[in-house]
Amino acid sequence: MEALNEFLAHRGIYTLVMILFFLGVYGMVLAKNYMKKLMAMNVMQVAVIFFYLCFAQKEGGMIPILVPGNVDPASYINPLPHALMLTAIVVSMGTTGVALALLMRIKEAYGSVEETEVLRRASK
Amino acid sequence: MIFGVHSPVFIVLLPLSASLLCLAFSRLHRHLGGWVVQLSLLGAFLSSVDSMRQVLDAGGKTIHYWMGNWQPPIGIEFAIDPLNTAVLCMITFISLVVSFYSKPFLENEDWLHYGGYYTLYGLLTVGLCGMTVTGDVFNMYVYLEIMSLAGYGLIAMGGHKSMVAAFRYLLVGTIGASFYLLGIGFLYAMTGSLNMADISERIVPFVHTPLFAFAVACFLVAFGIKMALFPLHGWQPDSYTYSHPGAAGLISGCMSKVPAYAMLRYFFYVFGIHNTVMQSLMNVLGIMGICGILIGSVMALAQYDFRRMLAYSSVAQLGYIAVGMALGNIHGFVGAVLHLINHAFMKCCLFLVVGGITYRFGEVNLYRLGGLNKKMPVSSIAVCLAVLSMVGIPPTCGFFSKWYLMLGAYESQQYIHIVVLVISSLLNAVYYFRIVEQMFVQREASLTELHEPATKLGLPMNMVVPIGITGLGILLLGVYSSTLVNRIVEIGLPEVLMR
Repeated sequence: MEALNEFLAHRGIYTLVMILFFLGVYGMVLAKNYMKKLMAMNVMQVAVIFFYLCFAQKEGGMIPILVPGNVDPASYINPLPHALMLTAIVVSMGTTGVALALLMRIKEAYGSVEETEVLRRASK
Repeated sequence: MIFGVHSPVFIVLLPLSASLLCLAFSRLHRHLGGWVVQLSLLGAFLSSVDSMRQVLDAGGKTIHYWMGNWQPPIGIEFAIDPLNTAVLCMITFISLVVSFYSKPFLENEDWLHYGGYYTLYGLLTVGLCGMTVTGDVFNMYVYLEIMSLAGYGLIAMGGHKSMVAAFRYLLVGTIGASFYLLGIGFLYAMTGSLNMADISERIVPFVHTPLFAFAVACFLVAFGIKMALFPLHGWQPDSYTYSHPGAAGLISGCMSKVPAYAMLRYFFYVFGIHNTVMQSLMNVLGIMGICGILIGSVMALAQYDFRRMLAYSSVAQLGYIAVGMALGNIHGFVGAVLHLINHAFMKCCLFLVVGGITYRFGEVNLYRLGGLNKKMPVSSIAVCLAVLSMVGIPPTCGFFSKWYLMLGAYESQQYIHIVVLVISSLLNAVYYFRIVEQMFVQREASLTELHEPATKLGLPMNMVVPIGITGLGILLLGVYSSTLVNRIVEIGLPEVLMR
């Protein structure tokens, strides 16, 4: 029980993030609907963002703003991973946008976004 | 020369600004946007050549270009070393040549498609160049995504079936990018830095931890997906087959080579290869490469669609590059770099010819190309050169890279690699010579002309010249390969190989 508590306190959040990540991959592989695949892809991307936010977190850290007299780097959390994740969020939004545009064209061309249906009509 | 010390940044900056302005220019005049992008690609090519001259003048020492003069690890750095500039020259040259080639395919398009095509084309070049030149791991992620998104767009413009191929590539490619992001996360958590040179120093105390193993595994999966390494190549045949025929030369030539080059930079310049984790990873990479070579060749043998055969052949050729990396000695490394550059030219040339055949006859079946040597003489000669190079017959460039790979395999006593390389060369001979046989020996097939040839050479001048240039490039790369190796590749060797 002690060991479990220890594990959950230190590694628990990373385990959850990893589960979320591979849940996304699993969804992308197994879902038969392209829209669902796309949603699973977003879940996976969010898991990566969580991962960054988790390791940037620090016990007792405050928000990283300039306070006169406070020069101790241990007293505020590292803002760099958050800044990186802003970029990653923008990129994932771009990817989702392109994917949705492609899905619209697929729907126009094949009348469906179900994988089996699309592949059946594409192979004709 | 033209931009002085700032030439590294112009390699990326010129195509980026031109492609963002391209649609606006196209609105004014249908062709204007395309011209602006082409001009910027010319500028990027000249800047790459200039950077190469600078770095060679400096005796091969890496030139660090700091964005806005912010020094790393805070600022973002562009690293110019001899290998980088060689790959940059290759990308910008191919991109420039193929940009002329695309024009006949866009004849009947309106300004939106015309401008949109060149916007995506410019952005793809930006992503490829940026990935090669950047010295910052997160910056590379951004360029990777620029490259991928532009690539998805260009693949989706190919018409029939291409949307599905592009969408599937998007899903798989995003998995790759997410793994890359995870890998960066681990590196940053370990070292607290995002600069490659900085990480390579700070990573040393961590090389035996499981965290490091996880990080390099993430990088292997990420770049493995992007470079279509077996068994992660599932997206690649469809995407290459159905991509826009005008851009297929650039997509097939560079889009899988640049991630391979990025992987090489990580493994040899950042992680170092003399630790247990990397050693076992190299073994895995070698096995993946060998399986890729064999299965890619066998699958290529089974295809009758010309483009799909070339796509599977790419899987095999990327296997060569992986094997060269996995050998972990100087000859293997030189072979991998040389094959990366050579294969970009070979595959680009072959895809340009396929595009030409599609343009004129709308035919992609291998067995219906009889008598093509009379109808398209320049293309047939170019195919001959590319095929000889693929099989590895001197003096074409393919021979020299394979020679270095075999030397490397002999040096580290991996005889099974030599056997696989020979078998694969024989398979290459079987499936490539049947094209030559079709073109030169078989009686003329009845093909319907979609576009009547304007010239005696069978294709518009815009297409004949790029095909000729890439064909000639294969020959010249072979003839001057010792210059390339002695004067550029060998002075840029990573320090880990010197020990």
